[in-house]
Amino acid sequence: MQVTLKILRYNPEKDAQPHYERYTLDAEPTDRILDVLEKIKAHEDGTLTFRRSCAHGICGSCAMRINGRNRLACKTLLQTLDTSKEITVEPILGLPRVKDLVVDMTTFFDNYKKVMPYFVNDEPLPEDGRERLQSPEERERFDDTTKCILCGACTTACPTFWADNSYVGPSAIVNAHRFIFDSRDRAAAERLKILAGESGVFRCRTAFNCTEACPREIDITKAIAEVKRAIITGRLD
Amino acid sequence: MSVKTHQYEVVIVGAGGAGLMAALYASQKASTAVISKLYPTRSHTGAAQGGISAALGNIEEDRPEWHTYDTVKGSDYLGDQDAIEFMCFKAPELVYELEHMGLPFDRTPEGRILQRPFGGHTNNETGKPVRRACHAADRTGHMILQTLYQQCIKNDVTFFDEFQVLDLIMVNGKAAGVVAIELATGDLHVFHAKAVIMATGGWGRVWEITSNAYAYTGDGAAIVLRKGLPLEDMEFFQFHPTGIYKLGILITEGVRGEGGVLINDKGERFMEKYAPHVKDLASRDVVSRAMYIEMKEGRGINGQRYLYLDVRPETVNKYAKIDGRTNPDGTPYQVTAEEILHKLPDIIDFCKTYLGVDPVKEPMPVQPTAHYAMGGIPTNVKTEVLADEKGTVVPGLYAAGENACVSVHGANRLGTNSLLDLVVFGKEAGVHAAEYATGAAFEPLPGDAADFARSQLDAILNSKGNERVADIAAEMKHEMMDKVGVFRTEEGMQEALNKIRELKERFQHIHIDDRGKTFNTDLLTAWEIGNLLDIAEVTAASALARKESRGAHSRDDYPKRDDQNWLKHTLAWRRDGEIELRYKPVVLTKYEPKERVY
Repeated sequence: MQVTLKILRYNPEKDAQPHYERYTLDAEPTDRILDVLEKIKAHEDGTLTFRRSCAHGICGSCAMRINGRNRLACKTLLQTLDTSKEITVEPILGLPRVKDLVVDMTTFFDNYKKVMPYFVNDEPLPEDGRERLQSPEERERFDDTTKCILCGACTTACPTFWADNSYVGPSAIVNAHRFIFDSRDRAAAERLKILAGESGVFRCRTAFNCTEACPREIDITKAIAEVKRAIITGRLD
Repeated sequence: MSVKTHQYEVVIVGAGGAGLMAALYASQKASTAVISKLYPTRSHTGAAQGGISAALGNIEEDRPEWHTYDTVKGSDYLGDQDAIEFMCFKAPELVYELEHMGLPFDRTPEGRILQRPFGGHTNNETGKPVRRACHAADRTGHMILQTLYQQCIKNDVTFFDEFQVLDLIMVNGKAAGVVAIELATGDLHVFHAKAVIMATGGWGRVWEITSNAYAYTGDGAAIVLRKGLPLEDMEFFQFHPTGIYKLGILITEGVRGEGGVLINDKGERFMEKYAPHVKDLASRDVVSRAMYIEMKEGRGINGQRYLYLDVRPETVNKYAKIDGRTNPDGTPYQVTAEEILHKLPDIIDFCKTYLGVDPVKEPMPVQPTAHYAMGGIPTNVKTEVLADEKGTVVPGLYAAGENACVSVHGANRLGTNSLLDLVVFGKEAGVHAAEYATGAAFEPLPGDAADFARSQLDAILNSKGNERVADIAAEMKHEMMDKVGVFRTEEGMQEALNKIRELKERFQHIHIDDRGKTFNTDLLTAWEIGNLLDIAEVTAASALARKESRGAHSRDDYPKRDDQNWLKHTLAWRRDGEIELRYKPVVLTKYEPKERVY
């Protein structure tokens, strides 16, 4: 079958403004958008620029806007889109453009680093040197938020983040949640204090864009609600 | 092009499991920078699924000695036994260390780290599979990568993200730094260092069907080779039995660990013919060969080049009963669809996304997929890079993880030993490189430090031919898959070698479209394909010379292992356009080579 991609192009060395270019080529219904981009780059236009690595939804490199929705190019098959029409491919929003589909992720990772996204427990280790104990139920409590691959699809789908980059955004909250609700961790209070601040969870307007955008199907809105509740009640149950 | 210069005592190239583990340790003692062509969390460690092995004995009796023997046997006796013993005895300590860093392992009812069976890991007394793989669902690598990166943030490790290292600087025979290009600007950077750790991962992208990321282009190994240093055991590349048909995406061996079985077109569980004791949980080389034989003899599904991996509860329960598999408490092993979904959520997601197949309701179409480099940059147990067959150390140069060859995997790696290798030898690299750096001075940088890197890029940018890089890459991948894959012959490997050399010549006449400075992936992809061509050539030449079958190197014309002549490691240099091969003995300690039966 034939498919047409309408791609937002931008080369800072040549272009004052981004512009769309169209590419029509043969493809299979089971091809991923990433496969189509690779074909264009390989055979038609080597200047087309995008990030990619694992090509199966694990590394988080290829988040982009496909038909107006944030997705991973490697997890979006043509057969799930209406290929009778042009497919629009644009960079994710809210971060500075670098070139074509590549944006500068610095702010995204800086926001992530603000929420203490690491395990904290300075208590003595078990005397036998073995693992800290954690029941399967305690482990299950934060399972959903361990799945995050930091692709940025959620944060760059968030209208609040578009308006103000200082809002830490859904991805950072997901990664804070992963530790706040880990029974072994001891820094929940500090993280909750950060997230109670003016860049934190109360900036969320519950637009649900984040949950819809997540390629890992993390229930982000629920995680944000749980963090809000923990701040309000002071409890982690 | 402008060149910026930085100075760190230790520079680490690559930010996967080995690079990050090295960074955590090196940065405690020495000024350290990690240089990665990807954001660290994009590294391919994150794609590892099934588990990390350690004889914790959390579910049933297990011992590091058994893990050692299983790994020696799995390596088809080519692994160095001192290194294997070191790794397997360190395993429990390192897994506990990861847990102490917060890694969210799955748990037993008692709250301990949960373990599952994996191919080739056995109770050495009964010969039955043992639960040794510590896991977090089917995303263990993701959890390791995230946890190590999180700890690096906590410990303020310095990163240069999206910097592609192009060259290693050697002064007076010692490592003195690296040269990298900053993707965002196209600027060259010289990193002056006392010690360099190579941790750039593997090169599955040499082959057509692979589980490996686009980024897996053998950069570190190719860079080292260009400095006149050898690569070890390059003929041994693992084909994982279960990649998604045509796409190559990994389906973890944990599927078979949880009771899944391989089925041919006649509905037979064919592994019982090839490995009567452990069946579907034999070593990967054994299972991949069995699958090729089944397909060659016409028992691929509908006569095609794939077989079924079946993890439907009714199938799992049927064969668990036949095998007499039991739970730790002695009750019969039985699973429900819900339990499978809980244990293997990601692979179920992959199958639904890419195949429209729900594995709890339908079998998965699979074929062997190029997966893991057993060979690589030769090192000793301290991760010091070796310059020759006598074990001469290259001062200041270290390698760890998949791009290194210690050798703990020999001719065939056991599943879950790769993640173990990363953390054990990543840590060793960090410790030893920092120790070396604190006792060493900076070698003076040559004035032309960046010249070789720049000349490589200029050659691509100024190339005036009309060859497309993608065409050359596609021909290489096809040739290597066909002739230097699971089964090999003299004639096929010679043809492949000739073809690779022809492609290398054509590579001198490529044309790229992008001549800009900003994020020029056209240029860097071409450079990466150049690396793959070098790696493919060394692989084919090393394979052609080895006239026996051992582990992942399986020849129709020499079907038996030949310990008399070939119980030795290959070292391959590229000199004056030719591959020079030399050999060094395997380190044997406790285990005499014997016939390998599963």
